[in-house]
Amino acid sequence: MPILEAEHICKSFGNTEVLKDISFSLEKSEVLSIIGSSGSGKTTLLRCLNFLERPQGGVIRVNGETVFDAAETGTKNDAEIRKRRLHFGLVFQSFNLFPQYTALQNVMLAKELLAKEQPDYKARKKEIHDEIEAEAEQLLTDMGLADRMQNYPHQLSGGQCQRVAIARALALRPDILCFDEPTSALDPELTGEVLKVIRGLADQKMTMVIVTHEMAFARDVASQVIFMDDGYIVEQGTPEQVFGAPKEERTRQFLSRYTQG
Amino acid sequence: MNLIMQQLPIVIRSLNAGFVQTLKLFLVTLIGAVPLGLIISFGSMSRFKPLSAFTKTVVWIVRGTPLMIQLLIIYYFPGLVLGNAIWGGGESGRFMAAAVAFIFNYACYFSEIYRGGIQSVPVGQQEAGLVLGMTRTQIFFRVTLLQMIKRIVPPMSNEIITLVKDTSLARIIALQEVIWAGQAFMKGSQGISGAIWPLFFTAVYYLVFIGILTIVLGRLEQKLEYFQ
Repeated sequence: MPILEAEHICKSFGNTEVLKDISFSLEKSEVLSIIGSSGSGKTTLLRCLNFLERPQGGVIRVNGETVFDAAETGTKNDAEIRKRRLHFGLVFQSFNLFPQYTALQNVMLAKELLAKEQPDYKARKKEIHDEIEAEAEQLLTDMGLADRMQNYPHQLSGGQCQRVAIARALALRPDILCFDEPTSALDPELTGEVLKVIRGLADQKMTMVIVTHEMAFARDVASQVIFMDDGYIVEQGTPEQVFGAPKEERTRQFLSRYTQG
Repeated sequence: MNLIMQQLPIVIRSLNAGFVQTLKLFLVTLIGAVPLGLIISFGSMSRFKPLSAFTKTVVWIVRGTPLMIQLLIIYYFPGLVLGNAIWGGGESGRFMAAAVAFIFNYACYFSEIYRGGIQSVPVGQQEAGLVLGMTRTQIFFRVTLLQMIKRIVPPMSNEIITLVKDTSLARIIALQEVIWAGQAFMKGSQGISGAIWPLFFTAVYYLVFIGILTIVLGRLEQKLEYFQ
């Protein structure tokens, strides 16, 4: 059974249709790269998966469980939506770290707030806090930030910030980790360190959906590629198919700009 | 000069008493208007249109009319027009009426500063909180609030300094604050009459107190410089 299924996702802003009947599925431990020019709907698709936008049509399933169905009219209560969105993690283009917290606190905050909802929280407060802290320290160490844990975001480089953001998303153990152009706000020198971390996660069999403009990376890390244009999925398949032998003229046009560039 | 030296102890005692009343009005206004302003700002930002329209109208009226008129209306209207003198007589009644007028007036000004501060926090902060499974309340208190406070300290400092001096408007309903105390020596009080210098001297009280406030607010601004 696929870990993620999206069926017939439609989304418009006013009269502008941004997503037109998007369907795809993803198996556990696979990496899906979504490529396409700006305005093709890639980011909106990612935001729909993370409940930051509500599609007008379509169904989203995780491990066979329906987490979103546009046909369901009744508004879900906040608690239910919160539970469902925790299947997904999202790493933003502009990091969106919380500036008033250290790197370590950024990674710990959401987990601590969730822990407060546990019935035994009061009794095991100290113990739970220590567990969360140890996990957060481990995550940051894995990201190569062992000596940066006590720094505030403004004291870190862009690449370091993005790695903290990845650790922050991983702390909640999402089933599927989404990246929205994770290196677009970084200068070329810092791009490499972030891509290396993402590649490491792929090696550890993390299921990921990556929207990116880094074509070489997309081809290299992905097990599946989707090319989007004007709100449609134009082509999808393995990287060899989409990059090596694109069937559609539009895909060839798009890729040629990158290979020439 | 000699005369002034003789009058000085009497005048100082009287001005001190007046300034205590000034300080009381200042503190009560601040304690009331800081949280009330937040509630009003939520009203103006509400997605429920009738509520935001109503709140914005109230803010328009309060900011659009002189505080002095508001003081007079709040103090005299219940007694003279409704025939129900809710404030009672005496200094405590005047203080209550002044406090209500000041709190409401300043809360409206504060609410607009808060609104600007909240809306200037990037929407990405809220989105980051949401995808991390935080509730909107948690996001407000754990993420947005401190960033907003950092942004509003300079404009709030301005308003707070203005408030110190605006308390003198309560003189219009005969609240016995420091200017009232200074003026009393012109008409005659405690054996001194026709003296205008005590009134001028009240400025020193304001100046010193605002000097202290400026230092305190500057420290707060510095404290929040640990993040950007």
